[in-house]
Amino acid sequence: MSRTEGKNLRVVLYEGPGSTPLADDDRFAALAALLDNGFEVTRPVAGQHVAPADDAPVLVLGLLDPLDTPPEVAPGQEVHFRNLADGDLLEAARAVREATGARKLEAWKPWFPVIDYDRCTNCMQCLTFCLFDVYGVDKQQQITVQNQDNCKTDCPACSRVCPEVAILFPKYGKGPINGDVVRAEDIQREAMKVDISTLLGGDLYGALRSRQKDARKRFSTERDESKALLERKRCLGKLKKDLDIPDEVLMTLPSAEDIEERAARARAKLAKRQAISQTVKDTRPAPSETEWGI
Amino acid sequence: MSILYCNCTYAKVVPVEVKRDVLRRLSDSGRAFDAVADLCDMSARKDPALKKIAEGGCTQIAACYPRAVKWLFHAAGTPLPDAGVTVLNMREDSADDVVKELLA
Repeated sequence: MSRTEGKNLRVVLYEGPGSTPLADDDRFAALAALLDNGFEVTRPVAGQHVAPADDAPVLVLGLLDPLDTPPEVAPGQEVHFRNLADGDLLEAARAVREATGARKLEAWKPWFPVIDYDRCTNCMQCLTFCLFDVYGVDKQQQITVQNQDNCKTDCPACSRVCPEVAILFPKYGKGPINGDVVRAEDIQREAMKVDISTLLGGDLYGALRSRQKDARKRFSTERDESKALLERKRCLGKLKKDLDIPDEVLMTLPSAEDIEERAARARAKLAKRQAISQTVKDTRPAPSETEWGI
Repeated sequence: MSILYCNCTYAKVVPVEVKRDVLRRLSDSGRAFDAVADLCDMSARKDPALKKIAEGGCTQIAACYPRAVKWLFHAAGTPLPDAGVTVLNMREDSADDVVKELLA
């Protein structure tokens, strides 16, 4: 099971008829402990609205009065009852989570790009920039996050190259990448970064390839390994600084040959999609590689 | 009016003292509410519970930046309605301000 699959156990903290209300301190402690351990919690109050049940398993916790017969439950709904007077709250919740196969608290940071479609212009810069196949296009040829599990935790580089500041990482520290309001100076700053990459020769990876080629040439003429290594280090350092790319992502960057192979695959895929859309409904000429940004 | 509280369990980007203060006062208020461990995590899993929340009518959400919350729901395939939803930002605003709006 992937870290992004599975249902959470929903805990209902019950204080209605047939139970003794919790003390304020106990209720708060229970809520905080359950949430910190990855459970979803509902506090129902008679006559007030909460989210309706879905097909996730439910655990009803409370200081419940002893019952001769268990309450009736809707068919298909998995509901468990535990009395808080009988033992530890978290132990009870964890036991039911285990028994129902509900999702456990994962040691992961939910890190993936979220597209602000109010700002996105479908320029495909993110798709061509990301080396980990996170982005794709949907049936309407609109950019979409296709493989979010491929995203490298703490790497916001694609949002840095987005000219419209349309890519969010809600767990990021600073705005506007974290979802804060986009200000005029943010757009100007991002535009400057794109200009820098253009000045470097079309795109950053192109620049890297070119530098690598130059370094190889120098290496072959000068036979100076330390200079070549220094050049590579300097180049990666600049990339890290400009785009805030974590070291572990730089360590996993594919080789120039891999990048060229991926680009060729992307071009073939786009051409195939375009050919299909031309055949089915669109009579416009196919966009050029420049228009697609590849 | 339904209330949703996000605990941002999987990352520490919401100040702990703000989220704890909001939760405490919500807990003591006598109001019904739903609390989730982490909206980002739910969006990543396209949790069906988000659909129930999005379709649940007027909702006040205590979480983080409104732009992030809006597009997290959208990313899960369950966009929030254009009207009737208020997102309160525990990353920027004080617990007093959030609770004042939440329990108004």
